[in-house]
Amino acid sequence: MISDVGTVMWKEWRELLIQRGSLRGGALGLLVVVAVFSIVLPLQIGSHWVESPMVLFFAGWVPFVSTAHVVADSFAGERERHTLETLLASRLSNQAILFGKVCTAVSYGWGLTLLILLLGLVTVNLVHGRGELLLYQGIIGLGSIALSLLGAGLAASAGVLISLRASTVRQAQQTLSIAAWLLPIILGYGGRALPVEWRAHLVEAITASGMTGIVFVVIATLIVLDIGLLAVAMARFQRARLILD
Amino acid sequence: MTEFAIRTENLTRSFGTVQAVDKLTVEVPSGIIFGFLGPNGAGKTTTIHLLLGLLEPTDGQAKVLGFDTQTQADEIRQRTGVLLEHSGLYERLSAEDNLEFYGRIWHLPPPTRKSRTKELLDHLCLWERRKETVWTWSRGMKQKLAVARALLHRPSLVFLDEPTAGLDPVAATSLRRDLAVLSSREGVTVFLTTHNLAEAEQLCHQVGVIREGKLVAVGCPNELWARNDAPRVEIAGHGFSEKLLVLLRDRPEVTATDVQDSRLLIDLRGDVSIAPLISLIVGSGASVEEIHRDEADLEEFFLTLMEAEN
Repeated sequence: MISDVGTVMWKEWRELLIQRGSLRGGALGLLVVVAVFSIVLPLQIGSHWVESPMVLFFAGWVPFVSTAHVVADSFAGERERHTLETLLASRLSNQAILFGKVCTAVSYGWGLTLLILLLGLVTVNLVHGRGELLLYQGIIGLGSIALSLLGAGLAASAGVLISLRASTVRQAQQTLSIAAWLLPIILGYGGRALPVEWRAHLVEAITASGMTGIVFVVIATLIVLDIGLLAVAMARFQRARLILD
Repeated sequence: MTEFAIRTENLTRSFGTVQAVDKLTVEVPSGIIFGFLGPNGAGKTTTIHLLLGLLEPTDGQAKVLGFDTQTQADEIRQRTGVLLEHSGLYERLSAEDNLEFYGRIWHLPPPTRKSRTKELLDHLCLWERRKETVWTWSRGMKQKLAVARALLHRPSLVFLDEPTAGLDPVAATSLRRDLAVLSSREGVTVFLTTHNLAEAEQLCHQVGVIREGKLVAVGCPNELWARNDAPRVEIAGHGFSEKLLVLLRDRPEVTATDVQDSRLLIDLRGDVSIAPLISLIVGSGASVEEIHRDEADLEEFFLTLMEAEN
């Protein structure tokens, strides 16, 4: 099964590199994103970059957006290009196909974010290091690594779920964008719908737990969401339904 | 190897009120090319989906290579190759990468992948162009590559869904020739759907004819032709009177007569001599300029079947 997941990833990466390798395919946009988050922002924020909570936010947001962009193509693209039927008629198991697609998207989004974090560190050290090695502070560094993995995982799981049913890549991208906009709105309104005392307790608990506590709560929430969405995607991955779609 | 590569019993699949496949019972012996003939929408592709376990039947059952399509679909897909309605090739990748991907899927060791890719692409005259991205290729070349992909892992059974559809006559002939050679060389059972009767006649050891999901005939192309064989004599000339037609119909070897545009058409009962009939016609005062004995073929048989069902 692991080797089959690797086979699907090999093909996905091959296509991804061909598609994104050209300027028209998005290489330019990717370079801009990398430049902004690993050069421009660290230069602006200076040596505080390594201890700034903003890094945590970017570490969650960048992989989500970059993964979402890639994962929309996973099944909808195969369907649009008429390759899905043949893939489903192969000996690959449902899990191998699904995990192969998810792992490719996660490795892309997570890898890109880790690269940005690393380049950001290099930038800060080159410009503001003054002979001293600047490193991300404990919770910022570890939190960023975990959040970027889980952020990519969230986008990949949600994206695969949407892409499974979308008839075109464009439709999958649009649905995923709507979902990405709706999620914070729902969370915001959901929070406001809570009784006042509950909200007060929540704010109090968050304030009391500090940065580390908040990061752990977000990580725990993302783990639950990632696993839940992946489980739903697995349940909805049915060869017969995919053939008939 | 099992005696029958495919065995179905009352296999049925409906979509709402439409019976795409209706009580299909058929046996396909191992090692042959079986042609599944039928017009568009007859249920050919749905049958392939059912046999590959990609769709669940509404009723009935099927065994492919001895495995049940509902409970052992993975085993079936492990041992079969496919070229479905679309070639299923990754057009952004090169031909070599397409075969590399499917070689990895079937766990072929790297040296085998390489040698098998070379062997198949060489045979199909595509080896020199293996590094090119597939989207630059003609449809005929893509279909050949898809055939190579289907045979890559030396499957026991290959499903080919209208492999020559949309190809120009030269490409279709070339692909048919390759299919005939490859299938006999590899000793593989081929289940080929087509609505091209010449293709079925040329390639297939056995054919099944499907219409509106129902199997309406099955057998060797020649047998089917013989079964349906109603030899017809067409005589061009003049003076074919109503009296002559009555005299001809009274003959035991004649089943029907008709006159169309100075041509007398006589349907015969089996492979009989027409000399006595010609003597009768000439004796009645009619003049005979040309005699043609029709060779019934699969196309005529197919059309008869389709009309009979209508």
